[in-house]
Amino acid sequence: MAKDPKDAIIQIKDVVVDLKSHRILNGVTLDLYRGEILGFVGPSGAGKSVLTRTIVGLLPKHQGHIEVLGVDLDQADDDQRRAIERRWGILFQQGALYSSLTAGQNVEFPMIEYLDLSDRLMTEMAITKLEMVGLKADVYRKYPSELSGGMIKRVALARALALDPEILFLDEPTSGLDPISAHEFDELILTLQRTSDMAVFMVTHDLDSLYTICDRIAVLGEGKITEAGTMDTMLASEQPWLKAYFRGARARTERQASKH
Amino acid sequence: MTAGTLTLLSGQSGSGHIQLVAAGSWIAENAGLLEPLVDAATRSNPSLRSVAIDTAKIDRLDSFGAWLLERALRTWKDQECEAKIVGLNEDYRGLFEKVHAGTQKLTPEPPKRNVITATLDSVGQKMVAIGDDIFLMAEMAGSLMIALKRVLLRPSTFRLTSMVNHLERVGWRAVPIILLITFLIGAILAQQGIFHFRKFGADIYVVDMVGVLVLRELGVLIVCIMIAGRSGSSYTAELGAMKMREEVDALRTMGFDPVEVLILPRVIALIIAVPALTFLGSMAALYGGGLVAWLYGGIVPEVFLSRLRESISATTFEVGIVKAPFMAFMIGMVACAEGLQVQGSAESLGEQTTNSVVKSIFLVIVLDGIFAMFFASIGM
Repeated sequence: MAKDPKDAIIQIKDVVVDLKSHRILNGVTLDLYRGEILGFVGPSGAGKSVLTRTIVGLLPKHQGHIEVLGVDLDQADDDQRRAIERRWGILFQQGALYSSLTAGQNVEFPMIEYLDLSDRLMTEMAITKLEMVGLKADVYRKYPSELSGGMIKRVALARALALDPEILFLDEPTSGLDPISAHEFDELILTLQRTSDMAVFMVTHDLDSLYTICDRIAVLGEGKITEAGTMDTMLASEQPWLKAYFRGARARTERQASKH
Repeated sequence: MTAGTLTLLSGQSGSGHIQLVAAGSWIAENAGLLEPLVDAATRSNPSLRSVAIDTAKIDRLDSFGAWLLERALRTWKDQECEAKIVGLNEDYRGLFEKVHAGTQKLTPEPPKRNVITATLDSVGQKMVAIGDDIFLMAEMAGSLMIALKRVLLRPSTFRLTSMVNHLERVGWRAVPIILLITFLIGAILAQQGIFHFRKFGADIYVVDMVGVLVLRELGVLIVCIMIAGRSGSSYTAELGAMKMREEVDALRTMGFDPVEVLILPRVIALIIAVPALTFLGSMAALYGGGLVAWLYGGIVPEVFLSRLRESISATTFEVGIVKAPFMAFMIGMVACAEGLQVQGSAESLGEQTTNSVVKSIFLVIVLDGIFAMFFASIGM
């Protein structure tokens, strides 16, 4: 894996974020490299989602500097921002599908906004995307309220992938899925990432995902990145939280499973 | 970034074989330009037997480009022509296979019916929906009564805190806007009255008109319409959002009756708030009327008050205020029943909120008409 700083697709430097005068992030520094899957872990309430939302500009930061694809979004004008927004895809925790649109229209939505395509091609692409994430073409005409939780996540992933993004943000992609679906979802993300060379920034609590698909793991604790590196680094770490996380009861079964 | 191209490298129509070269960036931005090229290349040609697309010169490929190539291959296959892709960069093989695996099989949409049957159908559906609505209201009234009975038998189960909270929201916080609107209505009424009555020297009767109209009809109507828009809509939206997030189901599974926990306190808060607001509103309207009568019509306050005392009686006031709790009950019931009808989507929430306001205003006016007939027949 290339670790050349020039290859960093997202550079986060000393970011401080306050929410209601409560300091959530206190100097976070982290890079995301081209073509890697970064797993982002930390205790509940540590601010993982806050950092994700700060990167994509949904939350204002107090201090610090974030560059995405070489552009500082604070200084970018509207056109630059749109150009960057077109190059990332975001999968929200609950899917965040537009409930008044069908699954197909949800996937087509970013295409209509950013691309100039014929109706036929748009439909075909939406179906292609839905099939790529493992859904049947018929889902195209279904409304989100007619879909199961797992299907909603898949449609939301198809929408995040609609424009073939270079960066994919995933907020707990496997939460709420059964282990088989979660495993399939992991495989799916891995295949898609390998085929299109995306960078994936994945907030997760799923040890399985961390073991099987993440190239690198970053740990957030007390508002800072306390550790970042490969799985081996995590396992070797002596930090109490990391020890409990990766070597606790749930992790042991995990490791045994991965040995077989 | 070079635009993608698809050009003919060599073609021998005699042998039925052509070779095409795809080059440049086959990516989303260029998809709009590439599609016509692909369509042109795949136009039906019966003599064509085999096609090869050389993709070695493609420098960028994403799923859009991959699909356009795949679409070309499929079109040729349908024309019974052998088609293949050569020289695909290994990096893109996975993506291409992923796109290739798609079936694109969409069950055809049901055929559109003709206009007449569709119209008749929608009229029928509407009528059924109206019927359902009446049942729904009756059901809501019934469950409210049952909940009320339960609460009366065991007063300790009544959610007083919740009721007081709602009372503050729909009653206390509505006071300023209700006062302002009714004040203005009273003022306008007096101004118009004076303007027209003056022509035949009857300006003093403005006091009678304002007094009777405000106390009997307008005070309560204006307040109810305001409350239906202000509080009824918020009841519907709140309950709808709770329904969407399964909070209502959670209550039910814990053995609580949503009508008792959520709806009864809201409706009772309205039943208490609306008469109080009606009283305040009527006073504000009389004040506004009196002020305009003085400043614009030259009727000094002493005259206004003594005339008012003669023209209205306690009955006039009673007729107005007695309607208020019934109307409040109607607004609360409609708002809550609509809230519980919300389905999964944001659109449905908006639709039910609109329905709630439209229906409760309509029903308030219908109810007012019924009361008018009732009071007329008992001579009040």
